[in-house]
Amino acid sequence: MTANPQSVRPDPPYDFPDYRSSELRHPRRPLLTLPDGPTERHGPLFGSSRVRPEDADLTTQHAGEPLGERIIVTGRLLDGSGRPIAGQLVEVWQANAAGRYDHPSDQHPAPLDPNFTGAGRCITGDDGTYRFVTIKPGAYPWKNHRNAWRPAHIHFSVFGRAFTERLVTQMYFPGDPLFAHDPIFNSVSEPARERLICRFDPDTTVEEWALGYRFDVVVGGHLATPPDPATPA
Amino acid sequence: MADVLPTPSQTVGPFFAIGLRWLHSPELVPADHDLAVRIEGQVLDGHGEPVPDAVVEIFQADAQGRFPPDTEDGWSGFGRCGTDEHGRFHFVTVKPGRLGDGSAPHLDVSVFARGLLQRLVTRCYFGDEEAANAADPLLAQLDGPAAASLVAPLRDGAYRFDVRLQGEQETAFFAW
Ligand SMILES: [Fe+3]
Repeated sequence: MTANPQSVRPDPPYDFPDYRSSELRHPRRPLLTLPDGPTERHGPLFGSSRVRPEDADLTTQHAGEPLGERIIVTGRLLDGSGRPIAGQLVEVWQANAAGRYDHPSDQHPAPLDPNFTGAGRCITGDDGTYRFVTIKPGAYPWKNHRNAWRPAHIHFSVFGRAFTERLVTQMYFPGDPLFAHDPIFNSVSEPARERLICRFDPDTTVEEWALGYRFDVVVGGHLATPPDPATPA
Repeated sequence: MADVLPTPSQTVGPFFAIGLRWLHSPELVPADHDLAVRIEGQVLDGHGEPVPDAVVEIFQADAQGRFPPDTEDGWSGFGRCGTDEHGRFHFVTVKPGRLGDGSAPHLDVSVFARGLLQRLVTRCYFGDEEAANAADPLLAQLDGPAAASLVAPLRDGAYRFDVRLQGEQETAFFAW
């Protein structure tokens, strides 16, 4: 239940000027210490919820198959001590193969795919395993700076066993040429960035059908000092 | 041995509704529940402008002070509400019961948004619990404005809990 005190969280700062949207949305006062009380040590459980097995296949939610490169993304949900977290909810969302989100505020001129919504969810198995079938998302432009394009990524939202273990992150693909130019990826300190990148896995790959990638999600850990810049105003 | 270094946080970005609306759950109990209380507020940025693309989550004990898996009727203690074009969110829930640690009734709150590279964490207390709030060990440690930012006044039948991400009346946020 308590996180391993050895594991320090590698989260990016709230104030990261290269990511322009952080400018008016980051706190300026130092963060305070959250008590380790009953509410913090517990968390919601979704094991008996309404998740259906087919919710983990993003390629079969419509009449036809989505366009793009079919992939399998699997891995384990682990706590800061490496123990699997079973029976917890993993949610994902992503752009389609052309780099377009099925969302009204995404207006970039790439096609929507009538056979792809881009949302999925599953409940982790006894060994913490989750598994999604989807298509590889495309890169997409955003207005952060001149010629800003996000590297291909899948958004992940996970619950650990405790409120303090809640995590939302993004999974990237190996070798993306956009890494060096992306402030969101680079908001994470250099040694920890690789933990955001999945790994191609021949054993997950299915012959003549889909490429397989592995990505473990590790929650927990303590924030080193009351974190980050928390620069006094 | 697997690599067990914690995975870094990343922003939810502007399009999280695609994935997170499935668990959209502002009502933890029906509005006509005997013990139902309403909490409403706005998420505001450093210019005091509404943040229309945030998602607020709460986690709390049930009315008996219990948490999953010791709760009944599938009570998860979890609520999620995206903000609307005016930055507004709301929850219908019950006041959590006594937790035995001397704390006043409270909800733990997470705020996610485009521009937040990791969530912000805060707590929401109930304005009409004066005696319990006065004895709460966390509120007692905070300076006046920080403590006040966590206590939602009861107005017109709803607790008003605004989240100010930055600025003069910035909400007190937490780390651990
Ligand atoms: Fe994205």
